[in-house]
Amino acid sequence: MAIYDTRLRRDKFYLGLCYASVVFGLGCLAIILATLLLEGVRGLSPVVFTQMTPPPGSGGGLLNAITGSLIMTFLGVALGTPLGMLAGTYMAEYGRHSKLTIVLRFINDILLSAPSIVIGLFVYEVMVVKMGHFSALAGAVSLAIIVVPVVVRTTEDMLLLVPDTLREAASALGLPRAIVIGMVAYRAARAGLITGVLLAIARISGETAPLLFTALNNQFFSTNLNAPMSSLPAVIFQFALSPYKEWQQLAWTGALLITLAVLVLSVAARVLQVRRPGK
Amino acid sequence: MTQGDRENAVASNLAIDNAELGSAEARLATALVGFKLRDNAFHLLTLAAAWTVLILLGGVIASLVVGSLPAIRAFGLNFLSTETWNPVTEKFGALAPIYGTIVTSLIAMAIAVPVGLGIAIFLTELCPYALRRPIGIAIELLAGIPSIIYGIWGLFVLAPFLQEHVQPGLISAFANVPVLSGLFAGPPYGIGVLTAGVILAIMVLPIVSAISRDVFETVPAVLKEAAHGVGCTTWEVVRSVVIPYTRVGLIGGVMLGLGRALGETMAVTFVIGNAHKISPSLLSPGTTISATIANEFTEAVGDLYTSALIELGLILFVITFFILAISRYLLMRLHQREGR
Repeated sequence: MAIYDTRLRRDKFYLGLCYASVVFGLGCLAIILATLLLEGVRGLSPVVFTQMTPPPGSGGGLLNAITGSLIMTFLGVALGTPLGMLAGTYMAEYGRHSKLTIVLRFINDILLSAPSIVIGLFVYEVMVVKMGHFSALAGAVSLAIIVVPVVVRTTEDMLLLVPDTLREAASALGLPRAIVIGMVAYRAARAGLITGVLLAIARISGETAPLLFTALNNQFFSTNLNAPMSSLPAVIFQFALSPYKEWQQLAWTGALLITLAVLVLSVAARVLQVRRPGK
Repeated sequence: MTQGDRENAVASNLAIDNAELGSAEARLATALVGFKLRDNAFHLLTLAAAWTVLILLGGVIASLVVGSLPAIRAFGLNFLSTETWNPVTEKFGALAPIYGTIVTSLIAMAIAVPVGLGIAIFLTELCPYALRRPIGIAIELLAGIPSIIYGIWGLFVLAPFLQEHVQPGLISAFANVPVLSGLFAGPPYGIGVLTAGVILAIMVLPIVSAISRDVFETVPAVLKEAAHGVGCTTWEVVRSVVIPYTRVGLIGGVMLGLGRALGETMAVTFVIGNAHKISPSLLSPGTTISATIANEFTEAVGDLYTSALIELGLILFVITFFILAISRYLLMRLHQREGR
């Protein structure tokens, strides 16, 4: 009986630790979100969306940062998505068993979680040094390089989920491969492909490290792709570390905006996947 | 209409039909050629895209190597073993950032792995079925929150909290313990190596728990049921069946988390203090590779300074590349076994 009691007690103890870790883990994450909401909402007002980032010690908004983030995110996705989709298509359709695909899949998975600051260094070396100055374009390219692995991965996965019988039926009608892919495989996997793009947007909308030394930052409103451009993450980084109350408040508000955007995008991606699983 | 007219009409109709047939054949032929051209063009396009992605990665490594050549020439292998980091005299050594990177990541993993495993066990073995999906989804959503959010929270909430409530306690509790008193010495700054490790742990936690949960779910139910059937407690099932069965995948998941922790930039930069020195105490400010780059790159003057920072980036990339490659290899092996 003694052994049995020890075993039961041990069971209770370790399972208790499991419950404790859930409380600790989810608690931490809940506190982070709660603080963010509390601090961020306090500074939320129409001014945030209509005024420029202020000089130290006075009030202002985040208009230039929000615009800059939108422009660079859009460009990054526009540059990265076609490349990623085509490469993913090659891996799932034309070269399903080729050596290139195996190598690419491995490398792509590593790029997927490689430190983004290294991407920033790469773009700095290749574009900023060659052009002689920081620019929004360089920022967009570094974001695009982060988009590519996400899109490659989801495109390949989603296309592989499309049953081969669909492709065979189309091929039996005499359709060439390109049309089978375009009219059958892409259409069957459409929800999944959109999910991939949404996830990629969510991933880059909070990226800071690669922007710090490609797009730099800009105190003023600018839509010039050839000049430094402001972005929400860069502004948060600068303002949060400053000693000024107004700046810190704006940093919290910006952080809230980014988090909301990321959460909305991830939930949208998930809903798409649930409603039409790529099978 | 006379007989002749009718014959003429039929003949001309036939002629039109024949002509149409001929042109239809011709059109079919051109359509087929068009198909073939388009097919080949699309094939080549996708192939080119695949190569481009591959070349991009090669380009990343190549550009880092080229960029760090001046520093490699100037300092050689001493770069890895020197602590000095002096932009004025242009003497650079990477030891302090490398030390900081490894120590913060170790602290992060020491916290995140047990807690993450606990959450995964809860989700697969203990959680009521109705709660499984919502909690699982919540964790996956949290894994997607950008690191700068964790950074700003760490700076304004976690660091003051640790400074006021935890660090003084640690200092007095271990004041008379031989080794630990050195680890927890000095004034409680709030920001420092320990705080950076804790914030990394919170950041990596969703990743570790999500992967461990996925890995635990590959255990066949019959194995667990058999163990329960011979009278094992839930903990014994987890320890003797679930964990041994998924060991390879778990290590893969942990390595993936470690790869993230090593390369993490923004969350750490906010709270580490950016001090280029190695101090024995975990409470004092330090620096990591990525924090050094993020803090100093735009202000770096002189080629050697920039080049030293790029060499830091190269070191970081090489370390994470190997960690992630091992992780992917292990996870791949698990999936192969699953498919068999």
